[in-house]
Amino acid sequence: MAETVYDGSSGEFVPPEEVTAAGGEPLLQVLGLQVEFRTRDGVAKVLNGVSYHVNAGETVAVLGESGSGKSVTAQTIMGILDTPPAFVTGGSVKFKGEELLTATPERRRKVRGEGIAMIFQDALSALNPVFTVGFQIAEQLRGRRGMSKAEAKKAAIELLEQVKIPNAKGRFGEYPHQFSGGMRQRAMIAMSLALDPEVLIADEPTTALDVTVQAQIMDLLSEIQRERNMGMVLITHDLGVVAEVADRIAVMYAGRIVESGDARSIYAKPGHPYTIALLESLPRLDLKGQQLNTIKGLPPSLTNIPPGCPFNPRCRMAQDICRTEVPESVALGDGRSSACHFTGELMQRV
Amino acid sequence: MGRYVLRRLLQLIPVFFGTTFIIYALVWAIPVDPFAGKCGQRPCPPEYVAKMRADFNLDDNLLVQYIKYLGKLFTGNFGQTFSGVDVSTLIANAYPITIRLAIIALIIEAVIGIIAGVLTGLRKNGFLDNLVLISTLFLISLPVFVTGFVLKLLFNVSVPNSAPFFDLIVPGFVLGSLSMAYVARLTRTSIAENRRADFVRTAIAKGLPGKRVVGVHLLRNSVIPVVTFLGTDLGALMGGAIVTEGVFNIHGIGGLVFINIQQQQGVVVTGVVTLLVLVYLVMSLVVDLLYAVLDPRIRYE
Repeated sequence: MAETVYDGSSGEFVPPEEVTAAGGEPLLQVLGLQVEFRTRDGVAKVLNGVSYHVNAGETVAVLGESGSGKSVTAQTIMGILDTPPAFVTGGSVKFKGEELLTATPERRRKVRGEGIAMIFQDALSALNPVFTVGFQIAEQLRGRRGMSKAEAKKAAIELLEQVKIPNAKGRFGEYPHQFSGGMRQRAMIAMSLALDPEVLIADEPTTALDVTVQAQIMDLLSEIQRERNMGMVLITHDLGVVAEVADRIAVMYAGRIVESGDARSIYAKPGHPYTIALLESLPRLDLKGQQLNTIKGLPPSLTNIPPGCPFNPRCRMAQDICRTEVPESVALGDGRSSACHFTGELMQRV
Repeated sequence: MGRYVLRRLLQLIPVFFGTTFIIYALVWAIPVDPFAGKCGQRPCPPEYVAKMRADFNLDDNLLVQYIKYLGKLFTGNFGQTFSGVDVSTLIANAYPITIRLAIIALIIEAVIGIIAGVLTGLRKNGFLDNLVLISTLFLISLPVFVTGFVLKLLFNVSVPNSAPFFDLIVPGFVLGSLSMAYVARLTRTSIAENRRADFVRTAIAKGLPGKRVVGVHLLRNSVIPVVTFLGTDLGALMGGAIVTEGVFNIHGIGGLVFINIQQQQGVVVTGVVTLLVLVYLVMSLVVDLLYAVLDPRIRYE
């Protein structure tokens, strides 16, 4: 998918590279990623040209409804898609300039854990129930760092301490089911940090947790991210979380990034009707007692994406052009971009 | 854990009395004269019959007979056959052979079954998968005596009386063949189910080598139901295999029971079956405990 750059003020088009490569080569870059699921019921186009990048020391939040392709993008980056049914049909994933999609399986394995690590949503099912938490952390250190059993144990306990698990020594030998939900997610984070990754992908790390615990886990994640100067991809549908920790945002809809850019600036002035609708559906204390705003309708079926802009059936601003032409991603300056035919009008409103 | 084991052991007591009483009652309830044909062509002399009836307490009522039998059993005396051979001697001669046969069968079904199950579970619908599915279906449908006779002829096996380890491999394969087919299918299903589990995906995402993902993370979880099955099966194998031992003319516990049922040797049958019941009960306890060891989420309080 061609990315055209639109300079809001002058109306001239600028080549896209100037926007993305502003600060040198990004740590992790996804470009035009296309993934489809081939099932008996037909081909679902799950990703239709996803592009985003993460720099060192930066948190990028990937926002979107369920089924918008946030997790599939993450799994494609990690190389842990289930093939079949999932097939990567186009695009590229670059880690420090190295193309991962065409790399050998052995090279990709080396990047996992050490280059890019991942935290999963439900730590209870993501941790192996029949091994102790300590074993699951230490096995990476033994296999990849060549540590002895005692060294690996010591390092694993240190990791558990870093994620603020009380009595880390004692908990080293316990099984995942003996941990509380929050502690289990902390253990999962400790595990992902074992090999000092440069990029951490957190796939809805707080969704399965209590609200009070959610805040603690988010604080821990952003603290660790800052301390280690990691790049972090935070996949979430919680706009509150995003506002607190994200430097940049990428909003996904039907397997596309519909808007991306600096978090503050997007919150202040969203440039896509979908982002506007998302922000309006946030509960607000000053509107207590009123009905919550929702986005009418359902996300499109990925086996049958409507022609034109995939958001058009649910969009308040939809015109004829939206039903026939897919809007291209347009750069708005300051690293922002949006894929809407009317983004110019949206940005010029006061 | 300790309390659980104790409770399970206490449960063995009523089961023990129940099963032994039923066996005892059934063996002596067979409406045939146990002394018919014991003295060649002529009927046995009345003195002999009277003496035997007294020796085996056959004139008492059934309950008293049973209690007297138990009394002897608890002092370690399994009783004698009508011809005066100690039942314990018979068991001591036959049981080692059966145990050897059972262990060989267990090893064969575990090793071949699990390997076939893992390979096919990882690649469903491949050539190997179809081969294993068809061959296991074949084994499951064939009666053991058919498998037994075919392999006996094919490999020209004859097992000497002492039944050394090596000579029992083909009979062990026959005895284990049915369970081997079940183990292969059970492992295949279990592997295929867990292959897409979240914890396997995590193991891959951690950058572990493929061998370790499959050999440690996937296998360790998938093998839990299989080990339980193997444990129960060992309990059954220890009970001897009348058909397999018959086909290969092996003088194990299965053969011993078979001959003595035919000869109305109630004391032998009761003694052997009591022992087998105990072995089976203990094996099922071991399986339950093993389950807790394999799956730490299960704790017996």
